[in-house]
Amino acid sequence: MLQVVLAVTAAFAFALPARANVDIQEITSPGGIDAWLVEEHSIPFVALELRFKGGASLDAPGKRGATSLMVNLLEEGAGDLDARAFARATESLAASFSFRANDDSVSVSAKFLSENRGQAVALLRDALVNPRFDADAIERVRAQVISGIRSDLKDPDSIAGTKFAAMLFGDHPYGSNEDGTENSVSALARDDLVAAHQAVLTRDRLFVSAVGDITADDLGRLLDSLLADLPETGAPQPSDVTPEFAGGVHVIDFDTPQSVVLFGQPGIGLDHPDFFAVYVLDTILGGSGLESRLMREVREKRGLTYGVYTYTVDKDHADYWMGSVASANDRVAETIDVIRAEWQKLRDTGITQEELEDAKTYLTGAYPLRFDGNGPIANITVNMQVSDMGIDYVATRNDRLNAVTLDDVNRVARELLDPDRLTFVVVGRPQGLSN
Amino acid sequence: MPMKRVFASLVALSAFILPAAADDQVSHFTLQNGMDVVVIEDHRAPVVVHMVWYRAGSADEKPGVSGVAHFLEHLLFKATENMESGELSATVARNGGRDNAFTSYDYTAYYQRVAADRLELMIRMESDRMVNLKLAEDEIATERDVIIEERNQRTENNPAALFREQKNAALYLNHRYGVPVIGWRHEMEGLTRQAALDYYKQFYAPNNAILVVAGDADPQEVLALAETYYGVLEPNPALEARNRPSEPRQMAERRMIFRDARVAQPYVSRSYIAPERDPGDQKKAAALVMLAELLGGGQTSWLTEKLQFETQKAVYTGAFYDGLSLDDTSFSLVVVPAEGVSLQDAEDAMDAAVKSFLEAGIDTEQLDRIKFQLRAAQVYVRDDVEKLANRYGEALASGLTIEDVQAWPDILQAVTEDEILAVAHEVLVRDHAVTGWLMSEDSGEIN
Repeated sequence: MLQVVLAVTAAFAFALPARANVDIQEITSPGGIDAWLVEEHSIPFVALELRFKGGASLDAPGKRGATSLMVNLLEEGAGDLDARAFARATESLAASFSFRANDDSVSVSAKFLSENRGQAVALLRDALVNPRFDADAIERVRAQVISGIRSDLKDPDSIAGTKFAAMLFGDHPYGSNEDGTENSVSALARDDLVAAHQAVLTRDRLFVSAVGDITADDLGRLLDSLLADLPETGAPQPSDVTPEFAGGVHVIDFDTPQSVVLFGQPGIGLDHPDFFAVYVLDTILGGSGLESRLMREVREKRGLTYGVYTYTVDKDHADYWMGSVASANDRVAETIDVIRAEWQKLRDTGITQEELEDAKTYLTGAYPLRFDGNGPIANITVNMQVSDMGIDYVATRNDRLNAVTLDDVNRVARELLDPDRLTFVVVGRPQGLSN
Repeated sequence: MPMKRVFASLVALSAFILPAAADDQVSHFTLQNGMDVVVIEDHRAPVVVHMVWYRAGSADEKPGVSGVAHFLEHLLFKATENMESGELSATVARNGGRDNAFTSYDYTAYYQRVAADRLELMIRMESDRMVNLKLAEDEIATERDVIIEERNQRTENNPAALFREQKNAALYLNHRYGVPVIGWRHEMEGLTRQAALDYYKQFYAPNNAILVVAGDADPQEVLALAETYYGVLEPNPALEARNRPSEPRQMAERRMIFRDARVAQPYVSRSYIAPERDPGDQKKAAALVMLAELLGGGQTSWLTEKLQFETQKAVYTGAFYDGLSLDDTSFSLVVVPAEGVSLQDAEDAMDAAVKSFLEAGIDTEQLDRIKFQLRAAQVYVRDDVEKLANRYGEALASGLTIEDVQAWPDILQAVTEDEILAVAHEVLVRDHAVTGWLMSEDSGEIN
């Protein structure tokens, strides 16, 4: 059952719920597919999440965009059904399937009603195992993808993201857009899509979680019928890469009134012993919305932006630390000065005990609130598996956060915050800024 | 691998049984001072969403101060008689919650999502800022800069948003729906403390507000808390009925071209004035929901069929209708042409498709699929209590009643093919519409 057990601590003026305790079952299907299940029978549907690790980074050399286009075509005809028949069948069952490719994985999110579960799973199976890649569907979806690529070339946020990725990762798959370029997508043939399908959607890189109206036995049978016919192995995973943060400001001229800014520096990943200290530090710096230092200095005190945020990025093959902000062209230089100054100040003088306690009560209190529906729980639990977190993570995560000390945070601030390598990409017509 | 069984099974689709309406577990009260209280129970997780909706949005502003409703929404996070500037959000965060607010044409709403045992604290703070806002002069200029940067981010940096803004202004001849919620930039720059205060004094009062509490909450306990904190506030006797300037008879088709160098993908979009959901009278709106689904609701819709499958004139098509609106709303069509297809050709193809749709009549099987999906949505929404909370809050703030919200699923199921065709003939009239082309500055196309 979906239970979030609350234990109340009296240590703070506002006592907080300390831990989420979702009852996750670890199951293995008769055919050998592992999955995590949370049974919740009060609403007659199931949320199912699949992750195939590797995703768009498994594109073959010279085939950038193949995985993304392949994934976009999974619901455009499968088995005996062409694209239109497949869409009608899905609608008839009121099921929803979504397929997405990103740098590290292909995600499949499905919701289906208990009353027609078997039929919905049969449809989804065809999409995963027997996609048709019909010529007319390829051309139709290719045109949509190219339209999106062209739009990205004139969108300041996309321009900034593309530039930053290229600077950090060069020729590594992380260094280019997973959708590919107009040229690379135009050159893709049906064989390339079939090859991408064989390379990416395989059982050796699969993670599964299900939440809702289904028993462990039924889920086991469901997974075998859904996934047993996928190939056992696929393409090798890409290698790790160290992002290159050169420091400085990099301006891309684009005629628009507000400059869009991405900034970043090296970071650490979930598996690092200092991860939770860095997580707390990031929360105080720019991770906690209106309460963060950057939001207070850049927005609340100076009115320079609508929003400024930082976040740690934990990819499968690289860890780093990013932020974003947008300010009018005549004010963005001041915005960047303030961010740099805050970076330096946090490194030099650290945080206060009060900031530490506020960040902890925020993070630990917010955690159980995430587990508030079948869809969100399925998403959280599949990502836990992908990140190799262990099934006890839900129960222990807040204890690990609470164990972070003021010395820990201030030590990682000194060791990790690096104003010299803090790198800015600015897209717009910024005044008083140049490369 | 052959999967004949899937296709064969589709024949049986109408045999599926679903509850006609989900059990919302909704309670409704009205306090002595006129404040509405709605409680939606979901006890699966110890989480609660606390919202206050004001029956006042940008369309209730006086002329000349566009954006003041949204500006005030920002200022409600500043100091009150009892809280320091930023204290409410900081308190929510220290309690592990999150909070925000949003402004639309017809309403302004504030919400917090917290552990269920923090509800009283939220109610105490929200009731305080309903009446005790201080509005310090030194915070006005800075926050005005923030909303101008918000406009930069949402609108000025986005040609499609600028296009929608211009198109909306052309659609409404008299109603304030033609003025953007965030405000016209030149008027935003002149927004004052007094303008915000005037709006606050007029509209922020318990008799103009709706409390929605959703999640792990007991209705009687919520009522008791509401009486303690909200029930003691004085109603505003000067509050007037929301009789805003209305649309005259529209007699002329409007056309516009919006050019911007930042446009990579041109498109054509047309919006028609359309009736909204009214209390006790939602049938036409229900038929328009079905019309939008049939015409442009997804992969199996008519526009997609004609413009993306049978011909490849478009890379995207859609039809949109949202009936939750206090006054006349709109029904919109969009066609994004394929490469080499001009906007004129795209518009012609759109018109031809609408015409053939009206001639062909309704595809009964497709209508059944849509109705089944709407019934299933009643199941899925029970997993998302925040969505349910928004549904009730938005409906009540848009002039509907609890009964209207609860009758809506059955009204949708009862829509007939004749009703859909009748409303299509009534609404899809170009004299009541604006057609806009969004195109790049360097495009040679003129017409």
